[in-house]
Amino acid sequence: MHDWHPGNDQLVVVHGPQPGGAGGAYRIFGETLRGLKTTFARVVEGTNTIAYPEEKVPVYPRFRGRHRLHRFEDTGLEKCVGCSLCAAACPADCIRVVAAENTSEHRVSAGERYASVYEINLSRCIFCGYCEVACPFDAITMGNDFEMSDYLRSDLIFTKEMLLAEPFERSPIRAEGE
Amino acid sequence: MSVLGAVDYFEPWWVQIIKSVLLFALGLQMVPVILLAERKLLGRFQGRPGPNRVGPFGMLQPLADIGKLATKADFRPRTSIGWLFALAPIISILTAAAAFSLIPFGNTVDIFGTQVGLYGVDVSIGPLYLFAFGAIAFYGIMLGGWASGSKYSFLGAMRAAAQLISYEVAQGLALVGVIMTAGTLSLTEIVEAQAGMWYIVPQFLGFLIFLVAGFAETNRAPFDLVEADAELVGGYNTEYGGARFASFFFAEYLNILVVAGITTTVFLGGWMLPFGIDPPTWVDPIVVLSKMMAFVFFFVWIRATLPRLRYDQLMSFGWKILLPLATLNALVTAIIVVLHDNGTIF
Repeated sequence: MHDWHPGNDQLVVVHGPQPGGAGGAYRIFGETLRGLKTTFARVVEGTNTIAYPEEKVPVYPRFRGRHRLHRFEDTGLEKCVGCSLCAAACPADCIRVVAAENTSEHRVSAGERYASVYEINLSRCIFCGYCEVACPFDAITMGNDFEMSDYLRSDLIFTKEMLLAEPFERSPIRAEGE
Repeated sequence: MSVLGAVDYFEPWWVQIIKSVLLFALGLQMVPVILLAERKLLGRFQGRPGPNRVGPFGMLQPLADIGKLATKADFRPRTSIGWLFALAPIISILTAAAAFSLIPFGNTVDIFGTQVGLYGVDVSIGPLYLFAFGAIAFYGIMLGGWASGSKYSFLGAMRAAAQLISYEVAQGLALVGVIMTAGTLSLTEIVEAQAGMWYIVPQFLGFLIFLVAGFAETNRAPFDLVEADAELVGGYNTEYGGARFASFFFAEYLNILVVAGITTTVFLGGWMLPFGIDPPTWVDPIVVLSKMMAFVFFFVWIRATLPRLRYDQLMSFGWKILLPLATLNALVTAIIVVLHDNGTIF
């Protein structure tokens, strides 16, 4: 530990030029004209905005939007086997999985068990993507949908059917490397 | 009648009533236009389109604003002084409308055999009338800020008082040069005197001083420290809402029109066009309005460019730069006018 004396510090204060006087008048008008030129150049340049609901910025391929559940394309069986690893990984605790046994008459998933209830409370989800990482069967992935506002909190609890359904083509997606 | 005749009220009484209604309607029509123009332009200056949702090109935005303000509750703080609190917006709006009547949109014209002046009043004290009402307008702000019973409002009102005294002397002196050159106080005669050359050329310094002071009078950026949204939460109008706030707002924009109109009249030749172009009489109001609109554009341009001055900076600018310059301008003009009248020069 070395000794520190507050008096040893040198405080260097840089003062701007004082207002007033001939120099002040010159600075006021000269710099004002320069500023006026700068702002007018913005008018000439045109607007730089994207009119959101009409135009949308395409999301990147790895954008973490609303979750999707997947089925096997050939058999149509659900990939989710109800292991609840996603629920365990979820830091916001927004996934609820209730598993049930598959039977030969009633086969829903490819594994031994299936998720009879699969709910994601999107009003709690923080879109971290841990569920996607935790899933051993790639049954849940993060989609690219980001327009999820609703009027009721209860409407934001997405059920298995909603997550399995094909989403509306609402969010444009960017190609890799674009 | 003899009193009215002495101040050149040659028009019959019904013409004056029609004119006052028309002028107020014109003011009411112009304010939403410049309100929208300001927001659109401000957007363009910042690289965004501005309001474009309400109606085509956002043209109904002012209407929506007014509708919103008019339907809001008229509340007031418990600490406020009731009747002063209610009186302040009225003072503001009345003085702004009274000053608006001063702007000449054209000379006397002959409409169906009746001599009608295209202005509210052509008082023989022209600019003094303007300064009188401009000063009373600050009572609206000061009473509004003081009667609100809130610290922010009070600070805004104090700043308004300090601002008023630091620029108004310079503003008056800036006009003295023009008045001496024209030899009259009547605004229509001042316009007539600019037939050869607009006063912006010989009185350029006066024009600059008047314009800068005009920014201070209308409480516009960079001299908007009366309202200073960032530090005073709106200053004198912090505690106002609903229709009373709308009145303040309306008066503020009407004041912009007044300053633009007076500058047009006094320095830019009013309804005159340069290079000897002499359009028919009905074009005169359009010429005046377009010149005023050019000033409104400039006002917005300045607002988009300059940051707000500090309180003491405005004071030192007003007293140490504007006032000596305006005095010098008046002095030099006086000497030249005297020498010219003697036949020594020109």
